[in-house]
Amino acid sequence: MSDVFTEERANTLVQDYGGTPPPIGAGPSDPGNGGRQDSSGKSHANAILAMALFLGADVMFFAGLIGAFVVFRFGALHWPPPGQPLLPLGITGINTGILLISGAFMVKTWQNIDRWPHKKITKALTLTTLLGMTFLLVQGYEWFRLVAFGFKLTSGTFGGTFYTLIGCHALHVMGAVLWLATVTVRLARNRLDQQQRNTSIALIGMYWTLVVALWPILYGLVYWN
Amino acid sequence: MSEATAVKEHISHEHHGFMNTYIFSLDHKMIGKQFLLLGLIMLLLGGGLALLVRWQLAYPEQPLPLIGASQHYLETGEAETAMDSYWDSELSKTEDEQGWLVQKMPVGIITPAFYNALFTMHATIMVFFVVMPILVGAFGNYLIPLMIGTRDMAFPLLNMLSFWIAVVSGAIMLAGFFVPGGHAATGWTGYPPLSTDPAWTGVDWGQNLWCISLIVLGISSLMGSINYITTIINMRAPGMTYMRMPMVIWALFIVAILLLLALPVLTAALAMLVFDRLAGTTFFNPAGGGDPLLWQHLFWFFGHPEVYILILPGMGITSEILPVFSRKPIFGYKAMVLAMASLAFLSWIVWGHHMFQSGMNPSMGMTFMITTMVIAVPSAIKTFNWLGTLWGGSIRFTVPMLNSLAFVSMFVIGGLSGIFMASSAVDIFIHDTYYIVAHIHYVVFGGSIFAIFAGVYYWFPKMFGRMMNEPLAKVHFWLSFIAFNCTFFPMHILGVGGHMRRIYNPMQYEFLQQFEHMNIFITMSAFALGLTQLILLFNVFHSMFRGKKAGDNPWNANTLEWTAATPPPHGNFDAIPTVHHAPYEYSAPGISEDWLSQTNELQPTNGNGH
Repeated sequence: MSDVFTEERANTLVQDYGGTPPPIGAGPSDPGNGGRQDSSGKSHANAILAMALFLGADVMFFAGLIGAFVVFRFGALHWPPPGQPLLPLGITGINTGILLISGAFMVKTWQNIDRWPHKKITKALTLTTLLGMTFLLVQGYEWFRLVAFGFKLTSGTFGGTFYTLIGCHALHVMGAVLWLATVTVRLARNRLDQQQRNTSIALIGMYWTLVVALWPILYGLVYWN
Repeated sequence: MSEATAVKEHISHEHHGFMNTYIFSLDHKMIGKQFLLLGLIMLLLGGGLALLVRWQLAYPEQPLPLIGASQHYLETGEAETAMDSYWDSELSKTEDEQGWLVQKMPVGIITPAFYNALFTMHATIMVFFVVMPILVGAFGNYLIPLMIGTRDMAFPLLNMLSFWIAVVSGAIMLAGFFVPGGHAATGWTGYPPLSTDPAWTGVDWGQNLWCISLIVLGISSLMGSINYITTIINMRAPGMTYMRMPMVIWALFIVAILLLLALPVLTAALAMLVFDRLAGTTFFNPAGGGDPLLWQHLFWFFGHPEVYILILPGMGITSEILPVFSRKPIFGYKAMVLAMASLAFLSWIVWGHHMFQSGMNPSMGMTFMITTMVIAVPSAIKTFNWLGTLWGGSIRFTVPMLNSLAFVSMFVIGGLSGIFMASSAVDIFIHDTYYIVAHIHYVVFGGSIFAIFAGVYYWFPKMFGRMMNEPLAKVHFWLSFIAFNCTFFPMHILGVGGHMRRIYNPMQYEFLQQFEHMNIFITMSAFALGLTQLILLFNVFHSMFRGKKAGDNPWNANTLEWTAATPPPHGNFDAIPTVHHAPYEYSAPGISEDWLSQTNELQPTNGNGH
């Protein structure tokens, strides 16, 4: 009994030690284990779990920042404090829509990864990336206008929380868009086998979902009055 | 050639240079040893800082022994000893030319500013660079794959990065000692406004580096915790169900979850603090609408889970060692696991008990008092189950066992003093006194550090293939145990007498002058405690090369790491083991030996039954 098991486990060994294991997000890229369904399945599961854990930590990071924001906003007599600008509610609302559509594309792709043809997946991811970029550009333009108005990081807790909280989210979007673009380009160039493709899309899908899902909360808390 | 043999050859034929084997190793065992070394080096340093603090408390504003100037020089100005002439020449220089030492302790007398940096950095180093790297980094890395029966961590590269990022973080932290203005001097809790405005402490980049170092350490710990959790969930050997996992693995699993979720909150708070200091925000500054209490809430929301991060692995190690040397199954395995899980849960809702005197709403104080008192329940479950494990066992007083017993008894003292402080009425009186210092050291030294000793003595044969010198280890244990209690027990009395913590010179206060002799006694005991640790260091490094060769299973223990070769090769096991039993089947009836390895499959005997 136990001998059978040993051999079966031993098959996975080459993967365990076959060269440098991939970092989170890279997916299984070791050519030495391409054919072994069992082992790549395991590293797929490991990567997904690790990503989920990372997102948990990320949520706690935002919880710290959002907690601080809530203390200030709901502890203040006037919010925004007198003399501070109203935040651009309308254009950011539209921008929220853009990000949500982008998230919907991502989730659809992720769900249909085994059904959709390769071309369609690439197309959907390209759209996701472009929408994410649009969101960033609009955000950047807004920031530019706010700074020109004289609203800065140093403008009391209103400015401080706005730029740290929204800035941290923007950094997350920026990182996610770069990663999305990389995956999309590799996909378009056919650089990924099926297993690698599924893993990378699942990972970026999880990350992008979190980044998109956080935004309406931030929009509601920070922009809405 | 079978696949298993092929794999074995593949592993043994892997060639690694010095760099890949000892420096940038991907092997979890080597990374564990690296963490151990990092922790031990930092232990010497953090302990040294504590001794400087103790010197100042017992002999305020008197020159340090050995390096300080002589009494003759101080009175007459004539250099008598070599150190006298050193101080003389340094003091005659202009302020810009003076060396580091003379700025921190002219003629060997610790300055108030340096004293503040000393106790701040003692705590910071001990918490973040000694107890966490050793208990979580070293034991976590070394034990998890071996004890769940796998060949390595899920992400070995991430594992290596986690160690080296911790080293970078440590280097940044130590660099703070050498920047103008000195190191962070706010206490390890970094409360604003002391920490936000250089004007209060005179500390500038020291505090910045302190923040940056801890942010970097947060990245390291994030990598580690993701790795631990993934490995434990996905890589257990066949048959290793959750309820067959050794207690120390459960402890490390729960700790990894706490680390994963608690440290990001500290990172967020540190980011805000850095912005306040460098970018002109006012998160913690009331002048700009900020709130200093916010820092305390965020810090302790991280800080209380952190306390359990420091103690849970120690509880796991103890739960591992007590059954082995009592030759009995652990008492109430499931209750022990659930108690640890509930401790972890409760740790999230008690942070306010650090803030009873902060100006927080007193009705919240009542809430936090109740949740804190509830912690006594799972703690008592653990303690009584440890006693239940010992009850009726055939106890072997080996060195790991002695240290584990010290853990249990000291943890009980620390736990009991904790109940006093949890009562918000009592806390008004003992808050910010040496009572608190006594409590924290009973749990972190009496608890975590004795657990570290126990763990090092217990797993050393597996780690290095050699036994540690037992008589020397016993001397180390008894001296440590006695010196520890002489050092920290009197602090309870100091605290009740109103002796404030973190003060530079207690002799300035008339009501504290009666404690001078006690302070001197504590300091002497502390120096004895510090010197005793040199025995441990000598024993570790001597036994590593000269110790008696150890067998694969010197303690006749059941868990999987003892089925691997000693020391385990790259890849740990010849073949991945299959687990048939829970980990603590000692003295099971019907078996000739008094232990039963988790891998040992019992065949049903054809006796009278059929």
